[in-house]
Amino acid sequence: MERVPVLSLGDALLVSIQVDLDDETVLALQEDLADRIVSSSARGVVIDISGVEIVDSFIGRMFGSIAALSRVLDAETVVVGMRPAVAITLVELGLSLHGVRTALNVERGLAIVRKLTTARDTRVAEDDDESIDDFGGEGGDVVAAPSRP
Amino acid sequence: MTTAEQPEELAISSGDDVVRVRQLVRSRAQAAKLSLVDQTKLVTAASELARNTLIHGGSGRVLVESLSRNGRAGVRAVFSDDGPGIPDLQLAMTDGWTSGGGLGLGLSGSKRLVDEFDIDTEVGRGTTVTVVKWTR
Repeated sequence: MERVPVLSLGDALLVSIQVDLDDETVLALQEDLADRIVSSSARGVVIDISGVEIVDSFIGRMFGSIAALSRVLDAETVVVGMRPAVAITLVELGLSLHGVRTALNVERGLAIVRKLTTARDTRVAEDDDESIDDFGGEGGDVVAAPSRP
Repeated sequence: MTTAEQPEELAISSGDDVVRVRQLVRSRAQAAKLSLVDQTKLVTAASELARNTLIHGGSGRVLVESLSRNGRAGVRAVFSDDGPGIPDLQLAMTDGWTSGGGLGLGLSGSKRLVDEFDIDTEVGRGTTVTVVKWTR
């Protein structure tokens, strides 16, 4: 069994799978991620599968489990970089990856994590956004100044 | 040492063996010059069937061979186990039906991914699943 490394990237955890996944490795990854989400207070997990040649029903199901598990731990999971041949095969196999967010690459995956967590934080801190308004107003004045006659 | 033309057999008795089956099938699929999508479909089907052999059959083996017919190349993989067999084959082939806690896509899904699919099972004797994928 090989262990897939989990990297910290700001508020997110980044997992880049570069090995042929056996079942034990997938299960170990799930446990590692649960631990790391809690210990690093991560808000998101981006799983890069651009190096993965096949996703069968077991591996696909684990992506679903990881997504559900991270949601319970207040983090969002995005699976990125799926190869076209893998996508075609998954659909024909009948696996829809329900509940798993996907994006084309790591950059877009991180953007999704950021957007989702920001939207949630805004909802939570609705009464606490006065300082943001003040800052925005000041910036607007500076920009508008040169156009005044 | 084996040449690409000779059939090759692998035992399936652990999760690592499932990975080895995928690698063997992929190398044969590449040698047969299957398209990348067809390679991926065949390897994915092989992965599902190897896991079935392991989980439902307890353990088993796969025989992988390169084929040639009417100028087309192909790859055949025969998975066999001496496990309990499948009591209700029609039910086992239904999308979403599972006896092993999985998604129930192993047999039905694999069948969709290959060109030829044959299953021979008998309760108490075991199960043999044969799949073939041809170049287009």
